Amino acid sequence: MSDLPSSVLYLDGITVSFDGFKALNNLSLYIEPGEMRAIIGPNGAGKTTMMDVITGKTKPDSGEVFFDGAVDLAKLDEADIAQLGIGRKFQKPTVFENQTVADNLQLALSGVRGVLETFLWSASARDKTRIDELLEIIRLTHLRDRMANSLSHGQKQWLEIGMLLAQNPKVLLVDEPVAGMTDSETVETARLLREIAENHSVIVVEHDMSFVRDLDVKVTVLAEGSVLAEGSLDSVSADERVIESYLGR
Amino acid sequence: MITGMLLRSLDKGSYWFLGLLGLIALLVPALHLLLPPESALHVPGYAVALMGKYLCYGLLALSVDLVWGYCGILSLGHGAFFALGGYAMGMYLMRQIGDRGVYANPELPDFMVFLNWSELPWYWYGFDSFGFALAMVVLAPGILAFVFGWLAFRSRVTGVYLSIITQALTYALMLAFFRNEMGFGGNNGLTDFKDILGFSLQSDTTRTVLFSASAVAVGLGYVLCRLITRSRAGMVLAAIRDAESRTRFLGYRVEHYKLMVFVVSACLAGIAGALYVPQVGIINPGEFAPANSIEIVIAVAVGGRGTLIGAVLGAVLISYAKTWFTGELPEFWLFALGGLFVAVTLFLPKGIAGFLIARWQGFKDRKSAPGTATVANEGPAQ
Ligand SMILES: Nc1ncnc2c1ncn2[C@@H]1O[C@H](COP(=O)(O)OP(=O)(O)OP(=O)(O)O)[C@@H](O)[C@H]1O
Ligand SMILES: [Mg+2]
Repeated sequence: MSDLPSSVLYLDGITVSFDGFKALNNLSLYIEPGEMRAIIGPNGAGKTTMMDVITGKTKPDSGEVFFDGAVDLAKLDEADIAQLGIGRKFQKPTVFENQTVADNLQLALSGVRGVLETFLWSASARDKTRIDELLEIIRLTHLRDRMANSLSHGQKQWLEIGMLLAQNPKVLLVDEPVAGMTDSETVETARLLREIAENHSVIVVEHDMSFVRDLDVKVTVLAEGSVLAEGSLDSVSADERVIESYLGR
Repeated sequence: MITGMLLRSLDKGSYWFLGLLGLIALLVPALHLLLPPESALHVPGYAVALMGKYLCYGLLALSVDLVWGYCGILSLGHGAFFALGGYAMGMYLMRQIGDRGVYANPELPDFMVFLNWSELPWYWYGFDSFGFALAMVVLAPGILAFVFGWLAFRSRVTGVYLSIITQALTYALMLAFFRNEMGFGGNNGLTDFKDILGFSLQSDTTRTVLFSASAVAVGLGYVLCRLITRSRAGMVLAAIRDAESRTRFLGYRVEHYKLMVFVVSACLAGIAGALYVPQVGIINPGEFAPANSIEIVIAVAVGGRGTLIGAVLGAVLISYAKTWFTGELPEFWLFALGGLFVAVTLFLPKGIAGFLIARWQGFKDRKSAPGTATVANEGPAQ
């Protein structure tokens, strides 16, 4: 547990099995405060499952997950964990389709969460400015009052990243943010994430290698539910076992 | 603050709807009481009671729309909450009979005398008081919804499974209320009511007051639903409806929201039942029949799910159609209902109100900005 005090996320010996199949197998991972980490790995390596464990969607069969050195995430549920400051973007972009872009951000804005509070709530000028800022950051200002279901795939991805920012979490878990994006959108997204990483801890899962190269951060390779290699993108891509795990499929 | 919230949550359509309700709440009694029966515009007594009954179904439909249209909880058991509210009112009306029953027993309702019961069961205590009965009208369905919802939502029962257990709930209650030993009049239910608050239920004035009260209840229920759905809590409800787990990962306690809206909805259904019973003069276990709950869901779908006004409209239309069919072609009612449901699903997926709203929006767009009417649909097709 020596890494515990300084890690914002501490996963140790996590195992998750689905009907005997080990989606995560003795996985250990430590994320420092303010760090951005890229996670790569072949399909089915357990990347999404790892995020499910951190965010409380899946309970680990064994192992420990700690947040901020002291909070045992295995004991909490999704809403608690989100309120602690762990935000998540899903692999398949998930926004509230029947609400406007601005309302999607409003719902995500940190602050009121209780039933009575939200019932009595009314928009404050501060929220408005914050939403304007966020729209600026994710470049959707001109679509402010559009229904989210009219957005393109890439725009939905950005809106979801904007919602993550609106939550103002300490840690952002971003699952495949550039899937289905055009090249220029991909470059934009890398820029956006680097900007976000300036004052947040971020974990990014991605298959797109040029995108991961753009991020220019430490890379963890997952395969068959555990960590295969860790280091710079160049060093891990030179690693024999990594090449094998990708080619072996 | 309250006025601010009200103003924020009502729109033009709301004012039209509330105005219309106010108008019929005054006009129908006037046409009934002030015009001589020979007049062509005279509204006969049975019609007043019938329309009052439609309004009660309208309020029930509102309550279903609140959970289904705005939070995606398809309850196929809302008839249970309606019936419980109805029974609470029925128990008060039974106590009002006093010693004017067939057996002239001042202590016990007729059916208990008939069963040779010697004393009033404890759960009938308090129903002599109108205030107590009113409280039970809201509390009985509310508490049942709370317990049921707490268990179901906490274990994350959703979708079809939830619909099925709501249906089972109302079915189980129907079987229970059929039993004489339950002490609610068994098969026959509660009937032969005489007075409410000392006023004869047979009198024209009482009838019109009950009618107007139903119209007012629909109006207030509508305003409450608007307050909820137009607030930020309403945004959360819609978020739960469209992407439940996303909402959780934003830090909202989904089960609390579902529970809140389910309980409020059950209370509204209970009030609808309580207004229904004095106007139809009877409440029996048949009101718990699963078919009733399904019928009201169909009414909401036909009128327009998620539009509130459409739900009321749908309930009034369907009830009117039912009255007509039961009179003229009773065997065909279920076929007609099924056919209507299929037709609406195929041709008006957003119901009558949804269709009208889309038309009106299109008309306004064309009028306000000729040539730019397509802007709203310009986004890439998904
Ligand atoms: N709820 C579940 N029930 C059964 N098996 C599951 C479940 N969730 C994930 N799995 C399995 O666990 C393994 C890891 O899945 P996971 O989604 O974590 O992979 P991934 O690394 O995110 O893959 P991808 O790159 O395709 O998104 C897969 O083999 C998957 O089929
Ligand atoms: Mg995945």
